[in-house]
Amino acid sequence: MKPSSNEYQKLLRKAERLAYVALLTLLLSLCLMYFRVYDPSFSVFEEKHAEIEGHIEEDKIENGIHLSTGFVDDVGLMTVVNNCTNCHSSKLVIQNRMNADRWNATIKWMQETQNLWELGDNQKVIVAYLVKNYPPIDKGRREGLKNIVWYELKN
Amino acid sequence: MKRRNFIKKATLSSFATIIGVEIVFGANLMEGYQPLALQKPDPFKLFKLDDEMVVLNDKPWNIEAKAHLLDDKITPNSKMFIRNNGKIPVDIDAENWTLTIDGESVKEKRTFTINELKTRFKQHTYQLTLECGGNGRSEFNPPAKGNQWTVGAVSCATWTGVRLKDVLAFVGVKSDAVYIGYHAADTHLSGDPDKEPISRGAPMHKAVQEETLIAYKMNGKNIPVAHGFPLRLVAGGWPASVSGKWINRISVRNIEHDGTKMKGTAYRVPKNPVAPGDKVKEEDMKIIESMPVKSLITYPKSGAIVKKDQTLTIRGHAWAGEFEVSKVEYSIDFGGTWKICALENPANRLAWQHFSAEIQFPKSGYYEVWARATDSEAISQPMLLPGWNPKGYLNNACHRIAVKSK
Repeated sequence: MKPSSNEYQKLLRKAERLAYVALLTLLLSLCLMYFRVYDPSFSVFEEKHAEIEGHIEEDKIENGIHLSTGFVDDVGLMTVVNNCTNCHSSKLVIQNRMNADRWNATIKWMQETQNLWELGDNQKVIVAYLVKNYPPIDKGRREGLKNIVWYELKN
Repeated sequence: MKRRNFIKKATLSSFATIIGVEIVFGANLMEGYQPLALQKPDPFKLFKLDDEMVVLNDKPWNIEAKAHLLDDKITPNSKMFIRNNGKIPVDIDAENWTLTIDGESVKEKRTFTINELKTRFKQHTYQLTLECGGNGRSEFNPPAKGNQWTVGAVSCATWTGVRLKDVLAFVGVKSDAVYIGYHAADTHLSGDPDKEPISRGAPMHKAVQEETLIAYKMNGKNIPVAHGFPLRLVAGGWPASVSGKWINRISVRNIEHDGTKMKGTAYRVPKNPVAPGDKVKEEDMKIIESMPVKSLITYPKSGAIVKKDQTLTIRGHAWAGEFEVSKVEYSIDFGGTWKICALENPANRLAWQHFSAEIQFPKSGYYEVWARATDSEAISQPMLLPGWNPKGYLNNACHRIAVKSK
């Protein structure tokens, strides 16, 4: 039996729809395959974001603290960052507390044995920054216990 | 594709340079991870550390434990302090790693592969206490320069390897030998390839002790990278800096070894006592050898609240450098009275010893439990800081914890 022209039109539309779905599926899978092969981590979407974030964080200061190093924001901060964190961590600077004499002696030691360059006029800036922001604290012969976090001890 | 992969590889290798350690399974780490990791390498994942470990320094890596983390009788890797003077070597090739014995006082220079060391010499295993010479530095007043260690730069792990004395006997040592010095694969912070970050050693009498090992295993497994894979010199009871990591050469010297951190003020204390803050001339300093008697309360964690009639069990470890600990006592009245703790014998010489006690508090209130160890030479720990020294070494003051009874 021959289909009527109405039915024929219906069949044609159905076939057309099917073709569209097939095409779309093909495009989608091609797209997925591209990422599977060339960029499995989908990093094309992430890199920009990370770059922007990294750039902002580098010199960001929050609540008076230079975020990427933990140094206090004060006169000489960037001189300290640029001269004192190339070889070692800022953490080593922050945990050490000395007067000007001992900082100068430490700088001399680093120049003699650790390949630190001549600091020129920057040395005064650096030492002044360190002595002001990280001064020695008198701890006596033995400090009391501090920062005790109390908890119930179960038997 | 090629360009992208190239960029990824470049990023990953520079990442390895920055954090100073090879990333195992680095290829798996790529997926969307490196931008974040590049900014903040996570030492806890990198070194498989317990969450409560404390990072003192991230360039170079220096990480310590807290007292209560050291409760295990044998310290696991996750709770072992990490002390570095330079950058951890990258691309370690254990298959082709060699150890050379040389120096003025060997009869003939000789190079061994690790396999040759393992097959030619008898294997020995010991529990060995390693404590950083600067453990406790943070308490000195005026403050001393360096990483501000509190109490956690000490460990006692099981080390397996061959005796240095057996290797030296095989190679042949001349009668004028006075010292051995190690050389290793770590690199200087400044990047200068001509500088060694650290090259220390020990006098011959320490080098030829039975417990002085060229170790290739820690706690029964390959030594973790941060602790010296594939070879570490282990000399228990002396400053842990004597126990060189990633060693590839041991020189037998006819003089006191003059490597990096042997001279000047490094790992040295004044020959004669000095007042706090005094300047001390280099020639008036002497090398630290055996570490002093010390103890640590590892249970409970400080801050425990116990019920009024509850018996409190305390436990911990005590060690005394070359010597044995003969007695550990505790006090709950700031040293007014001392009571004896149960004390175990060491598993072997130079291993720390475990102590414990049961404490009843006479009335409710705030207490501090102080522990004090005494060594076989009748020397005890001080309650106050011991003699001040310019670099803040050898603080063996009594450890104490806070306890409330209510």
